[in-house]
Amino acid sequence: MNNQQGEITAESLTLEEAIANLRSDDPSLRYYAAWWVGRFRVDLPEVIDALIDGLEFTGDAEDGVFPLQRNVARALGKLDDCRAVNPLIAKLTSPDFYVREAAAQSLGMLGGPQAIEPLRQLLTGGIAAAVQVPGKPHLVQPYDSILEALGELGATESIAEIEPFVKHPLEKVAYGAARAMYQLTGDAQYGEKLVQALQGPDLQLRRAALSDVGAIGYLEAAKAIFNTEAENSLKLYSLKGLLEHPKAQGSASGQSQGALQGDQDSDLTAVQTQIMDLMDGLL
Amino acid sequence: MCFFDFGFMTNSPPPPSNAELARLVRALDEAGTAIALVDAVRDLAAAENPEAIPYLMDALKFNNPGAAVAAVEGLVTLGTVAVEPIMAQIDGYNYGARAWATRALSEIGDPRALDLMLAVADGDFAPSVRRSAVKGLGCLRWQELSAAVRRDRQQQVVPIMVKACTDVEWVVRYGAIAGIQAFLSNPTTHDRDLRNQLFDSLKHVSKEDSDFAIRLRSRYALESLSMVP
Repeated sequence: MNNQQGEITAESLTLEEAIANLRSDDPSLRYYAAWWVGRFRVDLPEVIDALIDGLEFTGDAEDGVFPLQRNVARALGKLDDCRAVNPLIAKLTSPDFYVREAAAQSLGMLGGPQAIEPLRQLLTGGIAAAVQVPGKPHLVQPYDSILEALGELGATESIAEIEPFVKHPLEKVAYGAARAMYQLTGDAQYGEKLVQALQGPDLQLRRAALSDVGAIGYLEAAKAIFNTEAENSLKLYSLKGLLEHPKAQGSASGQSQGALQGDQDSDLTAVQTQIMDLMDGLL
Repeated sequence: MCFFDFGFMTNSPPPPSNAELARLVRALDEAGTAIALVDAVRDLAAAENPEAIPYLMDALKFNNPGAAVAAVEGLVTLGTVAVEPIMAQIDGYNYGARAWATRALSEIGDPRALDLMLAVADGDFAPSVRRSAVKGLGCLRWQELSAAVRRDRQQQVVPIMVKACTDVEWVVRYGAIAGIQAFLSNPTTHDRDLRNQLFDSLKHVSKEDSDFAIRLRSRYALESLSMVP
């Protein structure tokens, strides 16, 4: 890490305070500490232990419980410790929609294949069941997060269940399905659906599509990323995703990222220099 | 892009009539949708009228990236005449607007913005502002300064660019490398010691940076510079 020390001392918490606050009786201190350890990638064993305990936090103040669990679930997704997988799977059946959403997202990031079946179960009923909950601003399940996680986990066994969601009337869900389908099949029609989103009228959806095409390394989107109307910081981050993707190194399979990234002497590819030229134009 | 453009920018053509400007500003006020707003800012930018600068600066605050891009393009087209108004109106509170304004100054490359760019490249809390500024330091039109002033100013700029290569945010390091490449490509930057410091930074980053994209960008810079005669 670059300047890890400087970064930590620049913040209001010390590492010791953050670890102590993860077990505080005060939900607001725990809430901030959970965000903090995720933000600064503090993946110490005692931090993971405290976060996993925090997932089960049930304090007196009913109001603070679910927000804390969401923040804890998000932090665990960033800390890359597989011990968090099973506790997060348990949260996929939380009564709180946003806890389920955070758990699904983090499971996608952590990459444990045992999460695939529990995630698939949340798709039960298919697109017909994926409707808005009366009186709530959300659907029955956090479908976009579930679909994205299945894509991240390489769940090719669930392609048949995911595919219908590409036609979901809610664009956010449809794009989540397209992203997963591209990851699972490599079929360009799904990548192109995300490129369309980059050209759409809704800024929030354009921002989400930037994140998606960067994450899946859809190289054909480079020009569309450059041209989309969004903040340059988001466009740069999206292009960074393409630049770092194994496909930009001329690897068709995309399986050997670690080995290739360690190879300092391999020649820059034309795709890589094109992406960097685009990035330079956004600084 | 500014890597290859070190020529002196020409000023804008004669402004259109005030009635025309008033019409464009009214259209901006009346724009009811995000898309209409982008169109109105584009029209205002296309007028290439220095009197439009305050309105273009306002457009950086709309939280509408399409409008901001159009406004930045308008400011950059106006060039030198826009530098003082941009610096006078730069937003101390809205860091998004500040990043767009810094980008405009970087693209214009006018050395009068040097003090401001030095300050924000090193001190702004917003990564997008540091990113634009450090890139702009490298892209400055150094040839507009006298040799003596240039020497002093380059002594100030190089340590800031070297430091930015270790910024906690990858995007600032990326901006620093692009800025360093531009600086080393400029025909007026021939101080051997300063050049060596910058080459050392590029070489170090190309091997040691935690982000693959940054290692790639510094290798790209080194390869491009080795091809420069």
